[in-house]
Amino acid sequence: MKIKTIIAMAALTGLAAPAFATDAGTVKIGALFSVTGPASFLGAPEKRTAEMLVEQINARGGIHGKRIILIVKDTGGSPEKAISMAKQLIEEEQVFAIIGPSTSGETMKIKGLCEESKTLLVSCAAAEDIVKPVARYVFKTPQTDADATRRIFEVLKARKLTRIAALSSNTGFGAAGKKQLETLAPDYGVAIVANETYDKNATDLTDVATKVKAAGVQAVVNWSIEPAQSIVAKNLRQIGLAIPLFQSHGFGNLSYVTAAGRAAEGIIFPCGRLLVADVLPAEHAQKALLMKYKTDYESRYKPDAVSTFGGHAYDAILILAKAVETAGADRDKARDAIERIQGLVGTAGIFNFSATDHCGLTKDAFEMLTVKNGRFVLYAD
Amino acid sequence: MGLKGVTGAIVVGLLAVGLESLVRVTDTPFYLTQLTMAAYYSLAALGLALLTGHAGQVSLAHAGFFAAGGYVSAVLVTRDLTPYAASGPVQWLDRLHLLSQRADAFGSMMLHVAPWPALLAALTVTALLAALIGVPVLRLRGHYLAMATLGAGSIIYQLVLGTRLFGEADGLSDVPPFPVLPGLEICGARSGRVGNYYVACGLLVLTLLLFANLMRSRAGRALRAIHGNEEAAAAMGIDTARAKLGVFVLSAVMAALAGALLTHYNGGIGPSEASVLKSVRYLAIVAVGGMSRFLGVTLASVALNFLSLRGYFGSYDDAVFGLILVAVMLFAPEGVGRIPLPFVRRRP
Amino acid sequence: MSSELVLQYLLAGITSGSVYAIVAIGFNIVYSTTGIINFAQGEFVMLGAMTAISLQPFMPLPAAIALAVLITAAVGALVELVFIRRLRRPTVMRMIIVTIGLSILMREAALHIWDERVRSLPYFSGDEISSVRILGAFVSPQVFWLLGLGAASVTLLGLFFRYSLTGRSMRACSANQAAAALVGIDTRRMVTLSFAIAAAIGALAGCAVSPIAQTYYDCGAPLAIKGFTAAVLGGLGRSGSAVAAGLLLGALEAASVIVVPAAYKDAVAVLVLLIILSLRPSGLFGRHDEARLKEY
Repeated sequence: MKIKTIIAMAALTGLAAPAFATDAGTVKIGALFSVTGPASFLGAPEKRTAEMLVEQINARGGIHGKRIILIVKDTGGSPEKAISMAKQLIEEEQVFAIIGPSTSGETMKIKGLCEESKTLLVSCAAAEDIVKPVARYVFKTPQTDADATRRIFEVLKARKLTRIAALSSNTGFGAAGKKQLETLAPDYGVAIVANETYDKNATDLTDVATKVKAAGVQAVVNWSIEPAQSIVAKNLRQIGLAIPLFQSHGFGNLSYVTAAGRAAEGIIFPCGRLLVADVLPAEHAQKALLMKYKTDYESRYKPDAVSTFGGHAYDAILILAKAVETAGADRDKARDAIERIQGLVGTAGIFNFSATDHCGLTKDAFEMLTVKNGRFVLYAD
Repeated sequence: MGLKGVTGAIVVGLLAVGLESLVRVTDTPFYLTQLTMAAYYSLAALGLALLTGHAGQVSLAHAGFFAAGGYVSAVLVTRDLTPYAASGPVQWLDRLHLLSQRADAFGSMMLHVAPWPALLAALTVTALLAALIGVPVLRLRGHYLAMATLGAGSIIYQLVLGTRLFGEADGLSDVPPFPVLPGLEICGARSGRVGNYYVACGLLVLTLLLFANLMRSRAGRALRAIHGNEEAAAAMGIDTARAKLGVFVLSAVMAALAGALLTHYNGGIGPSEASVLKSVRYLAIVAVGGMSRFLGVTLASVALNFLSLRGYFGSYDDAVFGLILVAVMLFAPEGVGRIPLPFVRRRP
Repeated sequence: MSSELVLQYLLAGITSGSVYAIVAIGFNIVYSTTGIINFAQGEFVMLGAMTAISLQPFMPLPAAIALAVLITAAVGALVELVFIRRLRRPTVMRMIIVTIGLSILMREAALHIWDERVRSLPYFSGDEISSVRILGAFVSPQVFWLLGLGAASVTLLGLFFRYSLTGRSMRACSANQAAAALVGIDTRRMVTLSFAIAAAIGALAGCAVSPIAQTYYDCGAPLAIKGFTAAVLGGLGRSGSAVAAGLLLGALEAASVIVVPAAYKDAVAVLVLLIILSLRPSGLFGRHDEARLKEY
């Protein structure tokens, strides 16, 4: 619906404007989100965010007068649909850029297509393989899993916790995190003594919790984006394990805290600053932007609370808007412009791109958070 | 009887040429991309039509077989064997000219199984898998068969999703083109689009001919007898267990062939291809097409897959397939082609 | 392994087993009357919980659950009246296809009525971290609710089917529809009733399971597969055995986690289903002579 209104608005303004100002007045951006299906936790807030931000930019008069036309396609989390729809966006719609897909698996399938057709791709998925090796036209907005892992391990090291259990779900997000945990553990003197993957639709994980208990660990690190991360928290506490529980940045959604209730208290996890925007000091560089996104989103999509996933779509559009602002709607020039972006304030952190870094974020983009009285607060040791 | 089985193949062949001319005239060649993908899915649907429509056996494991074909060939052609180049089996494969080399994403050379032997391996693995599942499961009927095949399908899904070799949730990418003939390869490149379209449609026509022949043979009559009444068929001396297993394996291999070739066309495969919902889609398509009517199933499959892949159903994609299942069963249980129209008098 | 740990694994099994058991009961009711396996049973579970969660802010929890059970029962009856009954020449294949289609439609409707987010009902007693200590191992109090509600449902259903006229009529339909019609039973009404009861039991299961497993639009199908496995394991049509089989399945899964990676836990459950179906389709507790009357 929203897209149609935007297109209709664009068309109307096109009619009203003088005849010579036709196509030059718009930038077409395609979006591939898994709005439905198993990854709808990611795709649905991404779609809502992208539609809201594009509307806002157009209401302000676009980018240097250029209006954005956003074409959202729902991939349902299926790579084959992502491929088909990416081809449509590239060839038929001739979009300036594509944002999304929501998952790493889909992104990897269309990476080559975008590269070949020189279409900018700003992915909302986290896997490092997306930008490593660097592909000329491919960028991503989420922080990397390796940085999240490093932040967790730093806390473990500071608290002298060396024997941990690593839990993850059987999704792309879980698998990528598991890989980083395994790779980086030796660097921090941490031993993974229990390493379990569980099904994303798990209804109860007391058995996995028992296995953790049997292993006699000092802390648990859980990596997933599904409801299961609340179940893990509950089950660990229910069987009387009071050791620290760390979650990934996938925990950055208040509904998981609500679902886990009292079991969520004390969970420590790395996350962008979006969720603690209200307690950030006023002088923090991200404060203004985060508060604006949060209030805009939550007032428009009540009762849905803002989540970091929607933020990835926000950042993708910000980056593209910045590129168009400095270099115009020429893909190659815009590509070069993105690589030159320095100090761009986004929801996930402050982006500094370069020819060798198409992610643009460091581990400073993460803040360690914890749950206190059902709310996210900054973690302090 | 003479031409009857062949009509489907002729109609599909003519339609294929007609559609290609149409997009040529209207300068909309991009439609061929989704038509090609839809044609591959139709191969799998035809396999299921043979099993469900003619032999009367439900299967909710067909997405699993499709994925098995796709995944096995994808693993073989993307797995770098360079570290094992000195080992006996790899050297032996090399001597048989079953390996080939190409540059990977980082630009270094990799050694992998060549696409043709990989395809054959994928079909063999799927055939064995289908036999392994089919022997115990095909003794069941009705609801039990449906649930058992659904269970088997979900085990394949779990394995794909839980195994690192298969890329877990990310699936496999960077699958190279599949050489069909010199100068013609199955891949998603825009330059080879028309050729690829005709390869897929050609396979579809060949399958229709093969199935038409099969149904007129002794085996086909045996299948129909089983569909009618299994006890009676057995009493007439038909080895029902063997016939059912045979058609189950054949229909699984069709799905695997479709899966393997589509994986080359798309350059990758993900776990969504193995999901139970995908199996349900194949069943929906077969139901719309009229179960046993190969031409109806082909047309329904191409049309529905084409619309779905182009995203015309938006966020209602799954809902559309659910609606189709219910509506067809309620209003046209013999398939959409057999809705009793008031003005059309059918021959008795 | 210490005995406490063994007990903890057992209790873990009982926790998930109690979920499967209560879901399994619903399958048996429709099966007992009609011989149909309702592939949309999992969606009744989801629908009941979602409805209760939406009602809960406006009324006390027991009232919300009761109302949700009634609403879902009405939906169940409606589904039968609008779809199942209108099926022309209902073969088994058509029944399968139509209930699969309905399950997708109900799931998608839930996605668009609510959204993709995860919700849950509060624990019936205690909260997310309270647990009951048994010989050094722990179990959530909600498990006792599940077991209690499961046992109560089985007992009440047993009494209903054995002693009430309606219940006996429903059983007659299951034995022989034509004969039941001949003795004056309105078989079609009995089928509608069985869908309503199954939906109600499903909704109750959904509400009881929600604090443990949480509820979202897509949660019905995975629960249904496990519930069905439990129902088959116990011998279809036998609700008491289904509960025992559900607990056994949970224990098997928990035991499997000790040796196999947890990622394959569901595959283990399905494997159990396949083995049972191919070796002893009458179920672990079903009798062979009784099984001969059914069509596998």
